[in-house]
Amino acid sequence: MSNSSSDVIVVGAGVVGAACAYYAARAGLAVTVVDRGPVAGGTTGAGEGNLLVSDKEPGPELELALLSTRLWSDLADELPARIEYEAKGGLVVASDASGLAALRKLAAAQAGAGVTAEEVPADRLRDLEPHLAPGLGGGFRYPQDAQVQPALAAAHLLRASGARVRTGEEVTAVLTGANGRVRGVRTAAGELRAPFVVNAAGTWGGEVARLAGGHLPVLPRRGFVLVTEPLPRVVRHKVYAADYVADVASGSAALQTSAVVEGTPAGPVLIGASRERVGFDRALSAEVLRRLAAQATALFPVLAGVRVLRTYAGFRPYLPDHLPAIGPDPRVPGLLHACGHEGAGIGLAPATGLAVARQMTGGQPPLDLGPFSPGRFAPAD
Amino acid sequence: MPGSPSEPYDLAVIGAGPAGLAGAATAARLGLSVAVLDAAAQAGGQYFRHPAPGLGAARPEALHHDWAAFTELRRRFEASGAAHLAGHHVWAVMRRDEGLWSVHALVGEDGGEGAGHGGGTAFGRGGGLADGGRGGAGADGATAPGAGGGGMPRGGGRGAGGARGHDGAGAGVGPVTRDGRGAGARADAVSGREGPASAGAGDERTVRLHARAVLFATGASERHLPFPGWTLPGVVGAGGAQAMLKSGLVLPGRRIVVAGSGPLLLAVASTLAAAGARVPAVAEAAGYVGYARSPRTLAANPHKLLEAAVHGTALLRHRVPLHTRSAVTEAHGTDRVEAVTVSRLDRDWRPVPGTGRRIACDALAVGHGLAPQTELATGLGCATRRVPDGTHALVLDGLQETSVPGLWAAGEAGGTGGWELARVEGELAGIAVAARLRALPALTRGRRVRDLARRRDRTRAFADAMATTHAPGHGWTAWLDDDTDVCRCEEVTAGSVREAVTGLGARDARTVKLLTRAGMGWCQGRMCGAAVACLAASGTARGTVPPSAERRPLAVPVPLGSLAAGPEEPGDA
Amino acid sequence: MARTPADLVRADPDPPFEITFDGRTVTALPGQSVAAALWAAGILAWRTTRHGGRPRGAFCGIGQCYDCLATVNGEPNRRACLVPARPGDAITTQEGHGRAGLAV
Repeated sequence: MSNSSSDVIVVGAGVVGAACAYYAARAGLAVTVVDRGPVAGGTTGAGEGNLLVSDKEPGPELELALLSTRLWSDLADELPARIEYEAKGGLVVASDASGLAALRKLAAAQAGAGVTAEEVPADRLRDLEPHLAPGLGGGFRYPQDAQVQPALAAAHLLRASGARVRTGEEVTAVLTGANGRVRGVRTAAGELRAPFVVNAAGTWGGEVARLAGGHLPVLPRRGFVLVTEPLPRVVRHKVYAADYVADVASGSAALQTSAVVEGTPAGPVLIGASRERVGFDRALSAEVLRRLAAQATALFPVLAGVRVLRTYAGFRPYLPDHLPAIGPDPRVPGLLHACGHEGAGIGLAPATGLAVARQMTGGQPPLDLGPFSPGRFAPAD
Repeated sequence: MPGSPSEPYDLAVIGAGPAGLAGAATAARLGLSVAVLDAAAQAGGQYFRHPAPGLGAARPEALHHDWAAFTELRRRFEASGAAHLAGHHVWAVMRRDEGLWSVHALVGEDGGEGAGHGGGTAFGRGGGLADGGRGGAGADGATAPGAGGGGMPRGGGRGAGGARGHDGAGAGVGPVTRDGRGAGARADAVSGREGPASAGAGDERTVRLHARAVLFATGASERHLPFPGWTLPGVVGAGGAQAMLKSGLVLPGRRIVVAGSGPLLLAVASTLAAAGARVPAVAEAAGYVGYARSPRTLAANPHKLLEAAVHGTALLRHRVPLHTRSAVTEAHGTDRVEAVTVSRLDRDWRPVPGTGRRIACDALAVGHGLAPQTELATGLGCATRRVPDGTHALVLDGLQETSVPGLWAAGEAGGTGGWELARVEGELAGIAVAARLRALPALTRGRRVRDLARRRDRTRAFADAMATTHAPGHGWTAWLDDDTDVCRCEEVTAGSVREAVTGLGARDARTVKLLTRAGMGWCQGRMCGAAVACLAASGTARGTVPPSAERRPLAVPVPLGSLAAGPEEPGDA
Repeated sequence: MARTPADLVRADPDPPFEITFDGRTVTALPGQSVAAALWAAGILAWRTTRHGGRPRGAFCGIGQCYDCLATVNGEPNRRACLVPARPGDAITTQEGHGRAGLAV
């Protein structure tokens, strides 16, 4: 088959895979994207489309997020408006003075890394968000925070990449040559040849790594999102409570919920975010629904009379140190990883894609990739 | 005694149609404690929907061929001791523990008000019946002091519907809302939260009860295939026209074209005509030849033949012309329907060019058969199967149990087949649940079970034959202009769906939904799901993603305030 | 032959009462839903869509399609085919999401 060979095979048609395909194609590579499901069928389709810097403490992930923020802004110009990119800014609110003090400390540290944050005193919160509950302690506004519609963003990135997209095709083997170097993948439909394979399989990234003889301990961390009836704009920013930052950074298996509330151009308000480690169990949890609803209506009492039309669970692919794996597998030449972005995959996708593309073409990495090296999980031989 | 917050029911039945009533009555008579939750104020489900008591219908049987059989079933149900929780919109069933399920319902909602009214009616009708809480929402409303009278203009004596209390256990008094309507909730079975918990729309509350087994008797909803103009006022579901007529004694117009596919069409046309409408045409997309291909199945189902003959005769009497292999391919009008174009169809349901005929009308009743309502069950992981007509139904074993032990289903949820099949399956399920919970496997080995199973298998075979006949031909999408709204809620056009398929690589309904919002609106894809799945599959060449049954984790929209105040579930964290 | 649905079932309803639709008086019978009362008055649409501003009314008749959403006594998004009509109810055409008052 003449069309079964390309320069790179990206495993995963979610937003990270789409970004890898996009930047690889821009670097001149012929790209094939394979996914056992549909476009945006995994974590991407279950996400809210967060492009956040506000929830990240100074460190490598924040560096990645800041680069991505700039890249998303460029992509928003290149891709159709339908990806619903909105540079709406984030608003983190504290319930009391001590919460605000903690936010102040975080903002000061972030400022050193290039994050803009403006303190909003308690009496000005409702200038920004008129429906916020009275009595909150104040907050910080983060103008760099933004949002996209993640499935549309992934689909349009894929289309813009010009990659050949093969959905509904599961990778059953990663093919390697005598020297151990990757030479393609096998699917139910046959063999696809390429000197590079990018593992952008999200929560299934660990399995793809295993197929290739590599090792990547990717695990799912479940989150529910509530979607309301269509509304006019009642929430302007991405608004969340201060304890969200702590939850994001936590490694706890227990259920954590901290409301993240935002409007969408289509009308519904989205309410996240819960975190719990329960494997791939999609079963509805009354307790999660109750807590998310209670926290959201505590922030925005006006929502109490608004109906939730649906809810869905997604599984954030996380690695033990909560940093993604980006770059070459230490044991399998030609295999690169781009997975484990946990709940920040939409936001971190462009920088990840750009970094992976540069590595395949021998270019300068756009930032220090050391902290993301997949080799950090290699079992001691 | 079940009914206190800590005490589960043996069986929760979702749906008070023929399957649910038969299942509940059977299980209760075999010694189980049973609660039936249903959104409507009156038992009967969709098929046996009937006028509210206040309408004073002296001959409800004029709307149903099998009214006597239904009243008998309802009598058995009422005598069985099973509780009827009317006005309960079940929004989710969740696994609570091994062998224990929690059923979450919204009360005081749109239909929940109906429960309050039902209560008033039960009070008015029964007088002295207002004795205990265990009788479901109708009776609860009645027991709530003042609820029966508060603003109810109607009183005694009349009507046949409703529930009545039977054993007086439990406090069972639903809170009375500010305007005197009973909220219809059995506070004893729920978490004990008192009164309207929040500023949720319409004083709604979410209540919860526990059960050791669940029977999904959730029925079906009408399947629709869009066409240009189908969103015009006056274009209504065929089942919708029937439902509005049966419950409210109203018609959408005076001159009503009936179209679509399936045996329901004839019934709708003859009922509309009997109620005074002119029916200038019935357009049936299938050819009815399929029935003839299964003469043995037909012969084994004489009642079905009788039914068709009755409707056929009625149509003749009302001079209603039946056009087979024909469809309404466009509805005309600006602010309401004024005419339709009926076109001949080829074998694949593609309109034959030049055959379009304009028929003036002021309403169109249209539908393409029924689709099983399975979302509560699939939310718990119950497996589904593809029925020959392209819908998805629950996979059931010989005793009506789903693929998840402890969860049973009966009636249309396992594949549409009519009310008699539903009643048979309900009874089978009731026996099976009792056998399991009471550890009496011998119950399922009796002659009754063998008879029921035989009748079920025979009727199912007939249903499958019909399903094959009325499966939409893949050419139906030729009816669609690119600017036809496919998703009514979100106004997503056929053109955008096609663009998502051809331009963005969507191959299945879920991806189309993510990329276009088709199916993301209020109805959650209930109206457009079949159409979107067809359009998505049309783009498939290689690598088809197999279509899955639709998932709707929330079967009913729930106000955030009600969710927020919802019952604590310490074991659920 | 019956001329009306009421004739068909020999209905002898309780006394009718009045509701209003966009200020106009409509007669309803006890037990009828809001949608049924409006149909009886020849009214088929009581909502306009969010994007196209197109008129809509009852479609499925059983509370599944949400096309019949109406504003009832000031409260938007009520399913007219399920909500029983009550004396004095004020039904108003719902525009779009029906919650323009919440816009910021």
